[in-house]
Amino acid sequence: MSQPETPETKPVATAPPAKAPPPAAKAPPQKELPQFEKSIADKLEGKFSTKATIEFVKVNRIRVKVNKEDMLDVARFIRDELHFDHAESVTGVDYPDQKEIEVTYHLGSYTDPELAKQVLTLATRAPREENPSPGNDSTRVPSLRDIFYSVEFHERECFEMLGVYFENHPDNRRLLLPEDWADLPPMRKDFKIKGR
Amino acid sequence: MTTQLPPGLQLEKVDERIMTLNVGPQHPGSGHMRLIIKVDGDYIVSCDPDPGYVHRGEEKMAEYRNYIVNIPHLERPVIHDSCNVLYPYCLGVEELLGLEVPERAKYLRVIASELNRCVYIQYWLAIYGIFLGHSTMFMWPAGDRELLIDLLEKITGARVTHAYFVPGGIRNDVPANFEEMCLKRVNYFEKRIKEYAAIFYDNPILISRTQGAGVLSREDAIRLGTTGSTLRASGVDFDLRKKEPYDAYGELDVHSNVLKDGDSYARSKIPWLDMLESCNIIRQALQKMPKSGSVRVKLKPNPKGGNDEVYKRVESGRGSLGCYIVSRSQPEPYRLKLSVGSFRNLICMPYLLKGEKLGNMPAVYWSLNYWPVEADR
Repeated sequence: MSQPETPETKPVATAPPAKAPPPAAKAPPQKELPQFEKSIADKLEGKFSTKATIEFVKVNRIRVKVNKEDMLDVARFIRDELHFDHAESVTGVDYPDQKEIEVTYHLGSYTDPELAKQVLTLATRAPREENPSPGNDSTRVPSLRDIFYSVEFHERECFEMLGVYFENHPDNRRLLLPEDWADLPPMRKDFKIKGR
Repeated sequence: MTTQLPPGLQLEKVDERIMTLNVGPQHPGSGHMRLIIKVDGDYIVSCDPDPGYVHRGEEKMAEYRNYIVNIPHLERPVIHDSCNVLYPYCLGVEELLGLEVPERAKYLRVIASELNRCVYIQYWLAIYGIFLGHSTMFMWPAGDRELLIDLLEKITGARVTHAYFVPGGIRNDVPANFEEMCLKRVNYFEKRIKEYAAIFYDNPILISRTQGAGVLSREDAIRLGTTGSTLRASGVDFDLRKKEPYDAYGELDVHSNVLKDGDSYARSKIPWLDMLESCNIIRQALQKMPKSGSVRVKLKPNPKGGNDEVYKRVESGRGSLGCYIVSRSQPEPYRLKLSVGSFRNLICMPYLLKGEKLGNMPAVYWSLNYWPVEADR
Protein backbone atom coordinates (compact mmCIF):
# COMPACT_ATOMS: atom_id res chain seq x y z
CA MET A 1 0.00 0.00 0.00
CA SER A 2 2.93 2.21 0.57
CA GLN A 3 3.83 3.06 -3.00
CA PRO A 4 1.90 5.96 -4.49
CA GLU A 5 0.91 3.92 -7.53
CA THR A 6 -0.66 1.15 -5.47
CA PRO A 7 -4.14 2.75 -5.48
CA GLU A 8 -4.23 2.47 -9.26
CA THR A 9 -3.23 -1.17 -9.24
CA LYS A 10 -6.14 -1.92 -6.93
CA PRO A 11 -9.08 -0.05 -8.44
CA VAL A 12 -11.49 -1.30 -5.88
CA ALA A 13 -14.60 0.70 -6.51
CA THR A 14 -14.60 0.63 -10.29
CA ALA A 15 -13.85 -2.90 -11.42
CA PRO A 16 -14.23 -5.59 -8.77
CA PRO A 17 -13.41 -8.65 -10.92
CA ALA A 18 -10.09 -7.10 -11.91
CA LYS A 19 -8.88 -7.59 -8.33
CA ALA A 20 -7.87 -11.22 -8.86
CA PRO A 21 -4.90 -11.71 -6.52
CA PRO A 22 -1.65 -12.58 -8.32
CA PRO A 23 -0.52 -15.30 -5.89
CA ALA A 24 -2.85 -18.27 -6.29
CA ALA A 25 -2.40 -19.30 -2.66
CA LYS A 26 -4.27 -16.23 -1.36
CA ALA A 27 -7.52 -16.70 0.53
CA PRO A 28 -10.59 -17.15 -1.71
CA PRO A 29 -12.71 -14.22 -0.35
CA GLN A 30 -10.22 -11.87 -2.01
CA LYS A 31 -11.60 -12.64 -5.44
CA GLU A 32 -14.99 -11.14 -4.79
CA LEU A 33 -15.45 -7.97 -2.83
CA PRO A 34 -17.41 -8.49 0.36
CA GLN A 35 -20.82 -6.88 0.01
CA PHE A 36 -21.22 -5.15 3.35
CA GLU A 37 -17.77 -3.61 3.31
CA LYS A 38 -18.37 -2.51 -0.26
CA SER A 39 -21.55 -0.71 0.75
CA ILE A 40 -19.70 1.30 3.40
CA ALA A 41 -16.98 2.18 0.92
CA ASP A 42 -19.62 3.25 -1.61
CA LYS A 43 -21.23 5.58 0.92
CA LEU A 44 -17.88 7.23 1.50
CA GLU A 45 -17.21 7.50 -2.21
CA GLY A 46 -20.65 8.89 -2.86
CA LYS A 47 -20.16 11.63 -0.34
CA PHE A 48 -16.51 12.48 -0.93
CA SER A 49 -15.96 11.41 -4.55
CA THR A 50 -12.73 13.30 -5.10
CA LYS A 51 -11.60 13.85 -1.55
CA ALA A 52 -11.49 10.28 -0.28
CA THR A 53 -9.69 7.43 -2.02
CA ILE A 54 -10.74 3.91 -1.13
CA GLU A 55 -7.46 2.03 -1.19
CA PHE A 56 -8.76 -1.44 -0.50
CA VAL A 57 -11.82 -3.34 0.61
CA LYS A 58 -11.10 -6.65 2.30
CA VAL A 59 -13.16 -8.83 4.59
CA ASN A 60 -13.94 -6.65 7.63
CA ARG A 61 -11.31 -4.10 6.65
CA ILE A 62 -11.62 -0.91 4.61
CA ARG A 63 -8.87 1.58 3.99
CA VAL A 64 -9.60 5.20 3.13
CA LYS A 65 -7.00 7.78 2.28
CA VAL A 66 -7.71 11.48 2.47
CA ASN A 67 -5.79 14.72 2.24
CA LYS A 68 -5.14 16.25 5.59
CA GLU A 69 -7.28 19.27 4.74
CA ASP A 70 -10.34 17.04 4.34
CA MET A 71 -9.53 14.92 7.36
CA LEU A 72 -12.00 16.54 9.75
CA ASP A 73 -14.93 16.43 7.30
CA VAL A 74 -14.39 12.79 6.46
CA ALA A 75 -13.90 11.81 10.10
CA ARG A 76 -17.09 13.61 11.09
CA PHE A 77 -18.99 11.79 8.37
CA ILE A 78 -17.56 8.46 9.50
CA ARG A 79 -18.70 9.12 13.04
CA ASP A 80 -22.12 10.62 12.38
CA GLU A 81 -23.30 8.76 9.30
CA LEU A 82 -21.35 5.50 9.37
CA HIS A 83 -21.51 5.14 13.20
CA PHE A 84 -17.90 4.33 13.95
CA ASP A 85 -17.46 5.54 17.50
CA HIS A 86 -13.93 4.97 18.76
CA ALA A 87 -10.33 4.71 17.63
CA GLU A 88 -8.41 1.53 18.31
CA SER A 89 -5.02 2.93 17.47
CA VAL A 90 -3.20 5.76 15.78
CA THR A 91 -0.09 4.73 13.93
CA GLY A 92 2.53 6.82 12.24
CA VAL A 93 4.51 5.31 9.39
CA ASP A 94 7.59 7.02 8.08
CA TYR A 95 8.30 7.02 4.33
CA PRO A 96 11.59 8.86 3.86
CA ASP A 97 11.78 7.90 0.16
CA GLN A 98 8.48 9.70 -0.46
CA LYS A 99 9.29 12.51 2.00
CA GLU A 100 6.02 11.89 3.80
CA ILE A 101 4.78 10.54 7.10
CA GLU A 102 1.53 8.65 7.12
CA VAL A 103 -0.84 8.80 10.07
CA THR A 104 -3.28 5.92 10.22
CA TYR A 105 -6.37 5.77 12.41
CA HIS A 106 -8.02 2.39 13.01
CA LEU A 107 -11.64 3.05 13.81
CA GLY A 108 -14.17 0.62 15.22
CA SER A 109 -17.69 0.63 16.54
CA TYR A 110 -19.20 -0.57 19.80
CA THR A 111 -22.68 0.83 19.36
CA ASP A 112 -23.61 -0.60 15.98
CA PRO A 113 -23.68 -4.43 16.18
CA GLU A 114 -23.41 -4.68 12.39
CA LEU A 115 -20.07 -2.94 12.50
CA ALA A 116 -18.59 -5.03 15.32
CA LYS A 117 -16.26 -6.87 12.97
CA GLN A 118 -15.31 -3.85 10.92
CA VAL A 119 -12.15 -1.83 11.27
CA LEU A 120 -12.01 1.26 9.11
CA THR A 121 -8.54 2.53 8.38
CA LEU A 122 -8.39 6.26 7.84
CA ALA A 123 -5.04 7.41 6.54
CA THR A 124 -3.59 10.79 5.81
CA ARG A 125 -0.13 12.08 5.02
CA ALA A 126 1.97 14.92 6.31
CA PRO A 127 5.13 16.34 4.72
CA ARG A 128 8.36 15.12 6.23
CA GLU A 129 11.35 17.31 6.93
CA GLU A 130 14.95 16.20 6.90
CA ASN A 131 15.85 18.03 10.09
CA PRO A 132 12.74 17.71 12.18
CA SER A 133 11.81 20.14 14.87
CA PRO A 134 8.71 18.49 16.31
CA GLY A 135 5.92 20.96 16.82
CA ASN A 136 7.58 23.77 14.87
CA ASP A 137 7.93 22.38 11.37
CA SER A 138 5.46 21.58 8.61
CA THR A 139 4.88 18.01 9.76
CA ARG A 140 1.38 18.50 11.12
CA VAL A 141 -2.09 17.08 10.68
CA PRO A 142 -5.39 18.12 12.27
CA SER A 143 -6.19 16.32 15.50
CA LEU A 144 -9.28 14.12 15.54
CA ARG A 145 -9.62 14.46 19.29
CA ASP A 146 -12.80 16.55 19.08
CA ILE A 147 -14.41 13.90 16.89
CA PHE A 148 -13.04 10.73 18.44
CA TYR A 149 -12.19 11.49 22.04
CA SER A 150 -10.38 8.18 22.38
CA VAL A 151 -7.46 9.26 20.18
CA GLU A 152 -6.07 11.57 22.86
CA PHE A 153 -3.22 9.39 24.15
CA HIS A 154 -2.63 7.69 20.82
CA GLU A 155 -1.99 11.04 19.16
CA ARG A 156 0.36 12.05 21.94
CA GLU A 157 2.31 8.87 21.36
CA CYS A 158 2.42 9.50 17.61
CA PHE A 159 3.67 13.04 18.17
CA GLU A 160 6.65 12.01 20.25
CA MET A 161 7.49 8.90 18.24
CA LEU A 162 7.32 10.49 14.77
CA GLY A 163 7.23 14.21 15.37
CA VAL A 164 3.80 14.69 13.81
CA TYR A 165 2.17 17.67 15.45
CA PHE A 166 -1.58 17.38 15.91
CA GLU A 167 -3.21 20.76 15.45
CA ASN A 168 -5.80 21.61 18.09
CA HIS A 169 -4.85 18.71 20.27
CA PRO A 170 -5.14 20.10 23.81
CA ASP A 171 -2.18 18.24 25.19
CA ASN A 172 0.70 17.67 22.75
CA ARG A 173 3.12 16.58 25.46
CA ARG A 174 5.60 13.75 25.82
CA LEU A 175 4.09 10.49 26.94
CA LEU A 176 6.37 7.47 26.83
CA LEU A 177 9.77 8.99 26.08
CA PRO A 178 11.92 10.54 28.79
CA GLU A 179 11.45 14.26 29.37
CA ASP A 180 15.01 15.02 28.27
CA TRP A 181 14.89 13.14 24.98
CA ALA A 182 16.73 15.35 22.51
CA ASP A 183 17.34 12.96 19.62
CA LEU A 184 15.27 12.37 16.49
CA PRO A 185 11.75 11.06 16.97
CA PRO A 186 12.62 7.38 17.43
CA MET A 187 10.14 5.75 15.08
CA ARG A 188 11.53 7.66 12.10
CA LYS A 189 13.54 5.50 9.77
CA ASP A 190 16.68 7.60 10.07
CA PHE A 191 16.84 6.92 13.80
CA LYS A 192 18.94 3.76 13.90
CA ILE A 193 19.30 1.26 16.69
CA LYS A 194 22.88 0.89 17.83
CA GLY A 195 24.64 -2.13 16.41
CA ARG A 196 22.04 -2.90 13.77
CA MET B 1 -11.29 41.65 46.92
CA THR B 2 -11.17 42.22 50.64
CA THR B 3 -12.81 39.80 52.97
CA GLN B 4 -13.48 40.88 56.49
CA LEU B 5 -11.90 38.27 58.70
CA PRO B 6 -11.74 38.27 62.47
CA PRO B 7 -8.31 39.35 63.70
CA GLY B 8 -5.74 36.56 63.80
CA LEU B 9 -7.41 34.49 61.07
CA GLN B 10 -6.03 34.15 57.54
CA LEU B 11 -7.59 32.73 54.42
CA GLU B 12 -5.73 29.78 52.99
CA LYS B 13 -4.67 30.14 49.36
CA VAL B 14 -5.89 27.45 46.99
CA ASP B 15 -2.36 26.70 45.82
CA GLU B 16 -1.33 25.88 49.35
CA ARG B 17 -4.20 23.50 49.86
CA ILE B 18 -3.41 21.44 46.77
CA MET B 19 -0.56 19.01 47.16
CA THR B 20 1.14 17.19 44.29
CA LEU B 21 2.00 13.55 44.81
CA ASN B 22 4.21 11.49 42.58
CA VAL B 23 2.84 8.00 42.89
CA GLY B 24 5.44 5.79 41.32
CA PRO B 25 7.25 4.81 39.19
CA GLN B 26 8.85 2.72 41.89
CA HIS B 27 5.88 2.88 44.20
CA PRO B 28 4.43 -0.58 44.72
CA GLY B 29 0.91 0.83 44.50
CA SER B 30 1.26 2.04 40.95
CA GLY B 31 3.16 -0.60 39.05
CA HIS B 32 5.96 0.57 36.78
CA MET B 33 4.44 3.89 35.96
CA ARG B 34 3.95 7.26 37.53
CA LEU B 35 0.70 8.93 38.41
CA ILE B 36 1.04 12.62 39.11
CA ILE B 37 -1.81 13.18 41.49
CA LYS B 38 -2.96 16.46 42.94
CA VAL B 39 -4.85 16.11 46.20
CA ASP B 40 -6.98 18.49 48.18
CA GLY B 41 -7.03 16.90 51.61
CA ASP B 42 -8.10 13.36 50.99
CA TYR B 43 -9.62 13.93 47.56
CA ILE B 44 -7.94 13.67 44.20
CA VAL B 45 -8.32 16.87 42.20
CA SER B 46 -6.49 15.77 39.09
CA CYS B 47 -4.47 12.85 37.89
CA ASP B 48 -1.94 12.83 35.08
CA PRO B 49 -0.65 9.38 34.15
CA ASP B 50 2.97 9.31 33.05
CA PRO B 51 3.75 5.93 31.50
CA GLY B 52 7.00 5.09 29.76
CA TYR B 53 9.17 3.94 32.63
CA VAL B 54 9.43 0.46 31.10
CA HIS B 55 9.31 1.49 27.45
CA ARG B 56 11.48 -0.96 25.52
CA GLY B 57 10.89 0.03 21.92
CA GLU B 58 9.36 -3.27 20.86
CA GLU B 59 7.93 -1.68 17.72
CA LYS B 60 11.28 -0.27 16.66
CA MET B 61 13.04 -3.56 17.36
CA ALA B 62 10.52 -5.39 15.20
CA GLU B 63 11.56 -3.34 12.15
CA TYR B 64 15.06 -4.81 12.30
CA ARG B 65 14.18 -8.47 12.71
CA ASN B 66 12.50 -10.89 10.36
CA TYR B 67 9.08 -12.38 10.94
CA ILE B 68 10.39 -15.41 12.85
CA VAL B 69 13.05 -13.68 14.94
CA ASN B 70 10.39 -11.22 16.08
CA ILE B 71 8.48 -13.92 17.97
CA PRO B 72 10.34 -14.12 21.29
CA HIS B 73 10.71 -10.40 21.86
CA LEU B 74 7.16 -9.50 20.91
CA GLU B 75 5.74 -11.54 23.78
CA ARG B 76 7.76 -9.55 26.32
CA PRO B 77 5.19 -6.79 26.89
CA VAL B 78 3.05 -9.22 28.88
CA ILE B 79 4.98 -12.35 29.63
CA HIS B 80 2.13 -13.76 31.72
CA ASP B 81 -0.15 -13.58 28.70
CA SER B 82 2.48 -14.42 26.13
CA CYS B 83 0.26 -16.59 23.92
CA ASN B 84 -2.35 -13.89 23.54
CA VAL B 85 0.22 -11.18 22.84
CA LEU B 86 1.69 -13.19 19.99
CA TYR B 87 -1.70 -14.21 18.64
CA PRO B 88 -2.56 -11.14 16.50
CA TYR B 89 1.00 -10.97 15.22
CA CYS B 90 0.85 -14.57 14.05
CA LEU B 91 -2.58 -14.09 12.48
CA GLY B 92 -1.29 -11.01 10.68
CA VAL B 93 1.84 -12.66 9.36
CA GLU B 94 -0.21 -15.64 8.22
CA GLU B 95 -2.41 -13.35 6.18
CA LEU B 96 0.60 -11.55 4.71
CA LEU B 97 2.32 -14.78 3.75
CA GLY B 98 -0.89 -16.55 2.74
CA LEU B 99 -0.53 -19.42 5.19
CA GLU B 100 -3.34 -21.76 6.17
CA VAL B 101 -3.10 -23.06 9.72
CA PRO B 102 -3.79 -26.79 10.25
CA GLU B 103 -7.06 -27.56 12.02
CA ARG B 104 -5.45 -29.19 15.05
CA ALA B 105 -3.17 -26.20 15.56
CA LYS B 106 -6.18 -23.87 15.60
CA TYR B 107 -7.68 -25.75 18.53
CA LEU B 108 -4.40 -26.07 20.37
CA ARG B 109 -3.92 -22.33 19.98
CA VAL B 110 -7.31 -21.71 21.52
CA ILE B 111 -6.49 -24.01 24.44
CA ALA B 112 -3.08 -22.44 25.01
CA SER B 113 -4.41 -18.92 24.82
CA GLU B 114 -7.27 -19.67 27.23
CA LEU B 115 -4.87 -21.33 29.69
CA ASN B 116 -2.65 -18.30 29.37
CA ARG B 117 -5.56 -15.97 29.93
CA CYS B 118 -6.30 -17.76 33.23
CA VAL B 119 -2.64 -17.53 34.25
CA TYR B 120 -2.60 -13.82 33.52
CA ILE B 121 -5.87 -13.13 35.32
CA GLN B 122 -4.70 -15.08 38.36
CA TYR B 123 -1.59 -12.94 38.51
CA TRP B 124 -3.62 -9.78 38.18
CA LEU B 125 -6.08 -10.98 40.81
CA ALA B 126 -3.25 -11.69 43.23
CA ILE B 127 -2.01 -8.12 42.86
CA TYR B 128 -5.50 -6.71 43.14
CA GLY B 129 -6.02 -8.71 46.32
CA ILE B 130 -2.82 -7.60 48.00
CA PHE B 131 -3.38 -3.94 47.18
CA LEU B 132 -6.74 -4.08 48.84
CA GLY B 133 -5.04 -5.60 51.88
CA HIS B 134 -6.47 -9.06 51.34
CA SER B 135 -3.39 -11.26 51.61
CA THR B 136 -5.29 -14.54 51.21
CA MET B 137 -6.36 -13.30 47.80
CA PHE B 138 -2.69 -12.89 47.01
CA MET B 139 -1.71 -16.40 48.12
CA TRP B 140 -4.53 -18.34 46.55
CA PRO B 141 -4.32 -17.16 42.95
CA ALA B 142 -0.51 -17.13 43.08
CA GLY B 143 -0.62 -20.75 44.16
CA ASP B 144 -3.40 -21.93 41.88
CA ARG B 145 -1.86 -20.46 38.79
CA GLU B 146 1.07 -22.84 39.23
CA LEU B 147 -1.30 -25.62 38.27
CA LEU B 148 -1.81 -24.16 34.83
CA ILE B 149 1.78 -22.95 34.50
CA ASP B 150 2.91 -26.55 35.02
CA LEU B 151 0.51 -27.63 32.33
CA LEU B 152 1.74 -24.95 29.93
CA GLU B 153 5.31 -25.95 30.73
CA LYS B 154 4.53 -29.51 29.70
CA ILE B 155 3.11 -28.25 26.39
CA THR B 156 5.56 -25.53 25.50
CA GLY B 157 8.70 -26.24 27.48
CA ALA B 158 8.80 -22.88 29.23
CA ARG B 159 7.04 -21.78 32.37
CA VAL B 160 6.11 -18.24 31.45
CA THR B 161 7.62 -17.02 28.19
CA HIS B 162 6.30 -19.72 25.92
CA ALA B 163 6.94 -18.38 22.39
CA TYR B 164 4.54 -21.15 21.44
CA PHE B 165 2.73 -19.55 18.54
CA VAL B 166 4.53 -19.22 15.25
CA PRO B 167 3.19 -17.98 11.93
CA GLY B 168 1.67 -21.09 10.40
CA GLY B 169 0.69 -22.93 13.56
CA ILE B 170 2.33 -23.77 16.84
CA ARG B 171 5.88 -24.72 17.61
CA ASN B 172 5.31 -28.31 18.68
CA ASP B 173 2.52 -30.78 19.30
CA VAL B 174 1.31 -31.56 22.81
CA PRO B 175 2.52 -34.59 24.82
CA ALA B 176 0.68 -37.89 24.50
CA ASN B 177 -1.53 -37.80 27.59
CA PHE B 178 -2.24 -34.08 27.23
CA GLU B 179 -6.02 -34.19 26.89
CA GLU B 180 -6.59 -36.23 29.99
CA MET B 181 -4.09 -34.18 32.01
CA CYS B 182 -5.52 -30.88 30.79
CA LEU B 183 -9.11 -31.86 31.53
CA LYS B 184 -8.22 -32.99 35.03
CA ARG B 185 -6.38 -29.79 35.86
CA VAL B 186 -8.93 -27.49 34.31
CA ASN B 187 -11.76 -29.17 36.21
CA TYR B 188 -9.88 -28.85 39.47
CA PHE B 189 -8.96 -25.26 38.66
CA GLU B 190 -12.57 -24.38 38.00
CA LYS B 191 -13.67 -25.90 41.29
CA ARG B 192 -10.93 -24.00 43.02
CA ILE B 193 -11.66 -20.55 41.56
CA LYS B 194 -15.34 -20.94 42.41
CA GLU B 195 -14.19 -20.86 46.03
CA TYR B 196 -12.89 -17.33 45.49
CA ALA B 197 -16.43 -16.05 45.54
CA ALA B 198 -16.92 -16.79 49.23
CA ILE B 199 -13.64 -15.31 50.39
CA PHE B 200 -13.30 -12.38 48.01
CA TYR B 201 -16.22 -11.41 45.82
CA ASP B 202 -18.90 -11.86 48.48
CA ASN B 203 -16.70 -10.35 51.14
CA PRO B 204 -18.48 -7.30 52.63
CA ILE B 205 -15.17 -5.49 53.08
CA LEU B 206 -14.28 -5.80 49.42
CA ILE B 207 -17.77 -4.79 48.40
CA SER B 208 -17.74 -1.71 50.59
CA ARG B 209 -14.35 -0.65 49.23
CA THR B 210 -15.02 -1.18 45.56
CA GLN B 211 -18.73 -0.77 44.99
CA GLY B 212 -19.48 2.67 43.64
CA ALA B 213 -15.78 3.54 43.36
CA GLY B 214 -14.72 4.90 39.99
CA VAL B 215 -17.96 4.53 38.08
CA LEU B 216 -17.58 4.53 34.30
CA SER B 217 -20.88 4.95 32.50
CA ARG B 218 -21.70 3.05 29.33
CA GLU B 219 -21.56 6.18 27.17
CA ASP B 220 -18.18 7.20 28.54
CA ALA B 221 -16.77 3.70 28.16
CA ILE B 222 -17.64 3.88 24.47
CA ARG B 223 -16.50 7.46 24.02
CA LEU B 224 -13.15 6.83 25.68
CA GLY B 225 -12.66 3.76 23.51
CA THR B 226 -11.98 1.44 26.44
CA THR B 227 -11.72 -2.26 25.93
CA GLY B 228 -11.80 -5.64 27.64
CA SER B 229 -13.04 -6.03 31.17
CA THR B 230 -13.34 -2.26 31.64
CA LEU B 231 -15.69 -2.03 28.70
CA ARG B 232 -17.70 -5.13 29.54
CA ALA B 233 -18.12 -4.04 33.16
CA SER B 234 -19.83 -0.92 31.85
CA GLY B 235 -22.50 -2.87 30.04
CA VAL B 236 -21.09 -3.04 26.51
CA ASP B 237 -21.20 -6.56 25.13
CA PHE B 238 -18.04 -6.64 23.08
CA ASP B 239 -15.82 -9.68 23.15
CA LEU B 240 -13.80 -10.34 20.02
CA ARG B 241 -13.90 -14.08 20.61
CA LYS B 242 -17.62 -13.79 19.93
CA LYS B 243 -17.83 -10.72 17.71
CA GLU B 244 -14.99 -11.43 15.31
CA PRO B 245 -14.11 -15.09 15.93
CA TYR B 246 -10.60 -16.04 14.91
CA ASP B 247 -9.11 -19.53 14.50
CA ALA B 248 -11.33 -22.12 16.19
CA TYR B 249 -13.44 -19.70 18.25
CA GLY B 250 -16.06 -19.66 15.53
CA GLU B 251 -16.84 -23.33 16.16
CA LEU B 252 -17.03 -22.97 19.93
CA ASP B 253 -19.83 -21.63 22.05
CA VAL B 254 -18.37 -18.54 23.71
CA HIS B 255 -20.33 -16.60 26.27
CA SER B 256 -19.19 -13.05 26.94
CA ASN B 257 -19.57 -11.73 30.46
CA VAL B 258 -21.19 -8.34 30.85
CA LEU B 259 -22.05 -6.39 33.99
CA LYS B 260 -23.89 -3.11 34.07
CA ASP B 261 -22.58 -1.24 37.13
CA GLY B 262 -19.32 0.06 35.69
CA ASP B 263 -17.71 0.42 39.12
CA SER B 264 -14.51 -1.12 40.45
CA TYR B 265 -16.40 -4.10 41.81
CA ALA B 266 -17.85 -4.96 38.42
CA ARG B 267 -14.48 -4.44 36.78
CA SER B 268 -12.83 -6.78 39.25
CA LYS B 269 -15.48 -9.43 38.80
CA ILE B 270 -15.42 -9.65 35.00
CA PRO B 271 -11.93 -11.24 34.79
CA TRP B 272 -12.98 -13.84 37.33
CA LEU B 273 -16.06 -14.68 35.29
CA ASP B 274 -13.81 -14.82 32.25
CA MET B 275 -11.71 -17.50 33.92
CA LEU B 276 -14.79 -19.64 34.46
CA GLU B 277 -15.72 -19.10 30.82
CA SER B 278 -12.19 -20.04 29.77
CA CYS B 279 -12.61 -23.40 31.52
CA ASN B 280 -15.75 -23.98 29.44
CA ILE B 281 -13.99 -23.05 26.24
CA ILE B 282 -11.05 -25.35 26.98
CA ARG B 283 -13.37 -28.29 27.64
CA GLN B 284 -15.24 -27.66 24.39
CA ALA B 285 -12.02 -27.31 22.43
CA LEU B 286 -10.62 -30.55 23.88
CA GLN B 287 -13.74 -32.34 22.75
CA LYS B 288 -13.85 -30.94 19.21
CA MET B 289 -10.13 -30.97 18.53
CA PRO B 290 -8.92 -33.35 15.79
CA LYS B 291 -7.07 -36.12 17.57
CA SER B 292 -4.10 -36.11 15.23
CA GLY B 293 -2.66 -34.22 12.34
CA SER B 294 0.02 -31.68 11.66
CA VAL B 295 0.27 -28.57 13.79
CA ARG B 296 2.52 -26.37 11.70
CA VAL B 297 3.00 -25.53 8.06
CA LYS B 298 6.53 -25.40 6.80
CA LEU B 299 7.83 -21.93 6.06
CA LYS B 300 10.41 -20.87 3.53
CA PRO B 301 13.55 -19.46 5.15
CA ASN B 302 13.27 -15.69 5.61
CA PRO B 303 9.74 -15.39 4.21
CA LYS B 304 8.71 -12.09 2.64
CA GLY B 305 5.31 -10.48 2.68
CA GLY B 306 3.99 -8.58 -0.31
CA ASN B 307 3.35 -4.87 -0.61
CA ASP B 308 0.45 -5.00 1.77
CA GLU B 309 -0.78 -4.15 5.23
CA VAL B 310 -2.84 -6.06 7.73
CA TYR B 311 -4.62 -5.28 10.98
CA LYS B 312 -5.55 -8.26 13.14
CA ARG B 313 -7.00 -8.24 16.62
CA VAL B 314 -7.74 -10.78 19.32
CA GLU B 315 -9.27 -10.67 22.77
CA SER B 316 -6.42 -10.80 25.27
CA GLY B 317 -6.62 -10.83 29.05
CA ARG B 318 -6.79 -7.03 29.00
CA GLY B 319 -9.10 -6.57 26.07
CA SER B 320 -8.75 -6.17 22.36
CA LEU B 321 -5.15 -6.47 21.20
CA GLY B 322 -4.51 -5.33 17.68
CA CYS B 323 -1.45 -5.80 15.54
CA TYR B 324 -0.92 -3.59 12.52
CA ILE B 325 1.79 -4.77 10.15
CA VAL B 326 2.93 -2.81 7.11
CA SER B 327 4.95 -4.93 4.74
CA ARG B 328 7.03 -3.65 1.81
CA SER B 329 8.23 -6.93 0.29
CA GLN B 330 10.96 -7.30 2.87
CA PRO B 331 11.67 -10.16 5.29
CA GLU B 332 11.20 -7.64 8.09
CA PRO B 333 7.99 -5.73 8.77
CA TYR B 334 8.27 -2.14 7.55
CA ARG B 335 6.22 -0.97 10.51
CA LEU B 336 4.67 -2.95 13.30
CA LYS B 337 2.27 -1.43 15.75
CA LEU B 338 0.72 -3.10 18.76
CA SER B 339 -2.54 -1.52 19.83
CA VAL B 340 -2.78 -2.86 23.35
CA GLY B 341 -5.66 -2.91 25.81
CA SER B 342 -3.68 -1.35 28.64
CA PHE B 343 -2.74 1.68 26.58
CA ARG B 344 -6.30 2.14 25.44
CA ASN B 345 -7.61 1.95 29.00
CA LEU B 346 -5.03 4.44 30.24
CA ILE B 347 -7.27 7.30 29.18
CA CYS B 348 -9.78 6.30 31.89
CA MET B 349 -7.35 6.97 34.69
CA PRO B 350 -7.53 10.78 34.90
CA TYR B 351 -11.22 10.49 34.30
CA LEU B 352 -12.04 7.94 37.01
CA LEU B 353 -9.66 9.10 39.71
CA LYS B 354 -10.81 12.72 39.66
CA GLY B 355 -12.93 13.33 42.73
CA GLU B 356 -12.07 9.97 44.21
CA LYS B 357 -10.53 9.54 47.65
CA LEU B 358 -6.80 8.93 47.63
CA GLY B 359 -7.32 5.71 49.57
CA ASN B 360 -9.47 4.41 46.73
CA MET B 361 -6.71 4.93 44.19
CA PRO B 362 -5.39 1.33 44.24
CA ALA B 363 -8.91 -0.07 44.13
CA VAL B 364 -9.73 1.94 41.01
CA TYR B 365 -6.31 1.79 39.38
CA TRP B 366 -5.87 -1.97 39.54
CA SER B 367 -9.47 -2.67 38.63
CA LEU B 368 -8.71 -1.25 35.17
CA ASN B 369 -6.75 -4.44 34.47
CA TYR B 370 -3.81 -2.27 33.53
CA TRP B 371 -0.43 -3.75 32.81
CA PRO B 372 2.21 -0.97 32.67
CA VAL B 373 4.75 -2.96 30.69
CA GLU B 374 2.20 -3.65 28.00
CA ALA B 375 1.10 -0.04 27.77
CA ASP B 376 4.70 1.12 27.30
CA ARG B 377 5.70 -1.66 24.90
